[in-house]
Amino acid sequence: MARMRPVPYRVVERRRETRDTVTLALEPVAARIAEPSPGQFTMMYAWGVGEVPVSVSGGGAKPRVEQTVRAVGAVTRALCGARPGEMLGLRGPFGVGWGLDEVQGFDLILAAGGIGLAPLRSVVLRALADPRRYGRIVLLVGARTPADLLYPDELERWRRCGVHVEVTVDRAAAGWTGHVGLITSLIDLVDADPARAAAFVCGPEIMMRLTARALVERGVPPHRVRLSLERNMRCGVGWCGHCQLGPLLLCRDGPVVPYERAEPLMAVKEL
Amino acid sequence: MITVGVEQLAGQAVFAEMDAADLARLASAARPVAFPVGRRLFEEGCAADRFWIVQDGLVALDLHLPGRGTLIVETLGRGAIIGWSWLFPPYRWRFGAVATRPVQALEFDARLVRFIWARDPRLAHKLTLRFAEVVVDRLQATRMRLLDLYGDAAEVRWRA
Ligand SMILES: Cc1cc2nc3c(=O)[nH]c(=O)nc-3n(C[C@H](O)[C@H](O)[C@H](O)COP(=O)(O)OP(=O)(O)OC[C@H]3O[C@@H](n4cnc5c(N)ncnc54)[C@H](O)[C@@H]3O)c2cc1C
Repeated sequence: MARMRPVPYRVVERRRETRDTVTLALEPVAARIAEPSPGQFTMMYAWGVGEVPVSVSGGGAKPRVEQTVRAVGAVTRALCGARPGEMLGLRGPFGVGWGLDEVQGFDLILAAGGIGLAPLRSVVLRALADPRRYGRIVLLVGARTPADLLYPDELERWRRCGVHVEVTVDRAAAGWTGHVGLITSLIDLVDADPARAAAFVCGPEIMMRLTARALVERGVPPHRVRLSLERNMRCGVGWCGHCQLGPLLLCRDGPVVPYERAEPLMAVKEL
Repeated sequence: MITVGVEQLAGQAVFAEMDAADLARLASAARPVAFPVGRRLFEEGCAADRFWIVQDGLVALDLHLPGRGTLIVETLGRGAIIGWSWLFPPYRWRFGAVATRPVQALEFDARLVRFIWARDPRLAHKLTLRFAEVVVDRLQATRMRLLDLYGDAAEVRWRA
């Protein structure tokens, strides 16, 4: 039952990322949730408004949890509005993460669309903390416009640390000299050995489907392509069935699912 | 003049599995080129008398919008074909193109390729199918972008 009760956390920092997205750094008031691993999520509770699943986007100093929230409705709007000093509730961490420990020694290809960069940020931070454990790190990012790009300063810092970062936008603004087009157009630029790579993909489902297919076509084994399927969830512990996708309860069996399992389920309209 | 070898063309996806005689004729219309950043490949409205296969680098297709400046519509990198306005009358570019990273490419003399096509319907048919495939892929990608996948959180407001 403890996992059903929100644990009070205080907002210690609030960074505005874009027009509609903020990153909140949270620290426990007293008790704390277990340390999340990259790809896991918490149920974030805005007191009196409601509770929604949000991926962990980073940690930093141990009890600190960072989460990046895009305001799309009542709860996320309330979370984005939380100021330093205000309290929120966290339950979790829930779900299976990316399984970063299982792919030690491999090149990492990370493909993120929109807010999907949040759960992959935690992968980059973890991998950069001990880069000898992995081969090349390639980060492909798709955003709507240059102004919607998350963590632009961090992307620069990661580049300086040796991460191969490529960014593409759907619509360029004046002055933009980077890529314009689908994220799949970046895959040919990847300087990694597909057969010795693991790929983690997060973004809108169509983007994940196209990206995963393109990665597999270029030789990344399907079991080493993992997608974060962020269907709507309520309980977080596999009881309520809100996030059922075929045989999977995504809050418990996901959100990260290997492409070979996800592919047949994503293609079914009714699921 | 530096020439382009048959094997170099055989390595391009658009010419994959074409026979050596056809490739040799196409190679006679091709030459390797390099463009520094900022070099314009063509201007909107000008005669479309060349096309390119990018081997490395990045080319932006752009359009000048009065009052908004020059906007990039799409960028194309390694393996991409730049330009198909040379395929159809009035043979004028609909967009502009500029190198946004240093580019290595194979440049084709489109008038010569059109001449080769006109004399060889079998080769013309083969190439038309290949180019149609490229056009369809680009159309699909454009449709995906129209879906606005990363969506706008409409009318989002929170305490500023
Ligand atoms: C495992 C998991 C991890 C997530 N991680 C993040 C994260 O790191 N950052 C973040 O901002 N959001 C994340 N989300 C999405 C977030 O949970 C939803 O945006 C939130 O539930 C919306 O609640 P709301 O009350 O603000 O809006 P609602 O009023 O419930 O919804 C507003 C609009 O958003 C759409 N929507 C709701 N939930 C989702 C969803 N899961 N996917 C796509 N569209 C949705 C609705 O259809 C509606 O159009 C994650 C979701 C899951 C399942």
